[in-house]
Amino acid sequence: MPGIARRTLLLFLSGLAAGFSVPMTVHAADAPVIAAASSLNFALADVADLFARETGQTVRLSFGSSGNFVRQIAQGGPFEMFLSADEEYVARLVAQGLTIGRGDVYAVGRIVLFAPDGAPFEPDPEMNGLREAVLSGRVRRLAIANPELAPYGRAARESLMHKGLWDSFKDRLVLGENVSQAAQFATSGSADGGIFAYSLALSPNVAGRGRFVLLPEHLHAPLRQRMVLMRRAGDVAKRFYGFVQQPAAREIFARYGFQPPRPGE
Amino acid sequence: MDWSALILSLQLAGGTVAVLIPLGILAARPLAWRRFAGKGLIEALIALPLVLPPTVLGYYLLVAFGGNSPLGEVYEKLVGRPLVFTFEGLLLASILFNVPFGIQPIQRAFEAIPPAVREAAWCSGMSVWRAFWRVELPLAWPGLVSAAVLTFAHTLGEFGVVLMVGGNIPGETRTIAIAIYDRVQAFDTDAAGLMSAVLLGLSFLAIGSVYILANRRPASHA
Repeated sequence: MPGIARRTLLLFLSGLAAGFSVPMTVHAADAPVIAAASSLNFALADVADLFARETGQTVRLSFGSSGNFVRQIAQGGPFEMFLSADEEYVARLVAQGLTIGRGDVYAVGRIVLFAPDGAPFEPDPEMNGLREAVLSGRVRRLAIANPELAPYGRAARESLMHKGLWDSFKDRLVLGENVSQAAQFATSGSADGGIFAYSLALSPNVAGRGRFVLLPEHLHAPLRQRMVLMRRAGDVAKRFYGFVQQPAAREIFARYGFQPPRPGE
Repeated sequence: MDWSALILSLQLAGGTVAVLIPLGILAARPLAWRRFAGKGLIEALIALPLVLPPTVLGYYLLVAFGGNSPLGEVYEKLVGRPLVFTFEGLLLASILFNVPFGIQPIQRAFEAIPPAVREAAWCSGMSVWRAFWRVELPLAWPGLVSAAVLTFAHTLGEFGVVLMVGGNIPGETRTIAIAIYDRVQAFDTDAAGLMSAVLLGLSFLAIGSVYILANRRPASHA
């Protein structure tokens, strides 16, 4: 018995070693890794699909908060291109000499106030319903992205401040690590409401989970979303960078509620 | 269902077992049978990852191996790619984090071998190597299998360290636990649910086999 057992164990270990020695990447091994703000979660996936159909080349997308990516890139993260949700984070990488050029604005984002089904308030652009609900204690948790890491979280905070609601909500916020997580908190009903990207509210997976309104642009600094190629970028990444600026890609962004950059931006 | 994430997790778990179990055998024998100064301290260090928050280990690995650290720069010069946000970095983190799972069950198994059995092996003129191979290892094998299975299963479920030192890079560092997190954020509850069920099944299979093995141990001695 022990002899058989020992052989079984050896077989198990050598099997593991064999499994381990097969190529580690199962994607197209040299497909460039693209870091993208979470507001692009659905739109950029569509753009990448179209890119693959038209060119036969693939990219690997990693979504997260812009601030987190800037930290990862500075620490040696293997990204070839970065699509931020603002301009400031790109400027930081430019200042560190990690980029090719200063990048381009590829879209301008908007934010929405979202109320899940059964929420204790009705969303309106002036946030009056939200104000009443919080003053009467009916809203316990509002989901936004972490303003320290995510430009959309910053825009949410600015909007609340602009409406004089920041102090009421300061202790009632549930912070998503990125804007997509904030949207997930709000749409799943884990929070009573949320302020997050219009692009996520327009995604098919969110439809039917609640009601939302676009918040007026003047409530926050514009979310001019800039992208940039990293110095390590290869040909596929450079081609994808160009593709994102083509009319076909712009059309996909427009479908997800992004506005095109104004000429000269 | 993100198959590439599952395969990546299996590779990470397999790699961790393949590196850690031989090291575990090497470390467990003296810990089981010898007394020496500082043994308590070493055993405490081995057990430390059981109580250490994964983010603490992740933080130190980032600091130690990030692109700005001297160690990280040396590694990148030698190997040509950074340690953080790569599979190799994950593997290192995973090995460190599984040290208690890879050593403790083996140590317990060696401790359970009666001294009389080892003495009999010496008296019958067996070499150290032969005694290890023919006497110690067969008697300790349930501990070895437990260590391998626990390490394997624990690696599949690892999240905090992976997120901190691995990021979320498809095909490179997006393990199945990270893929579940990623799918939940993308409102893809179908994929998240399926992957969670797969991980639940694998985890139950692993822990179940450890318990079945533990219950059979007295019978195999008799």
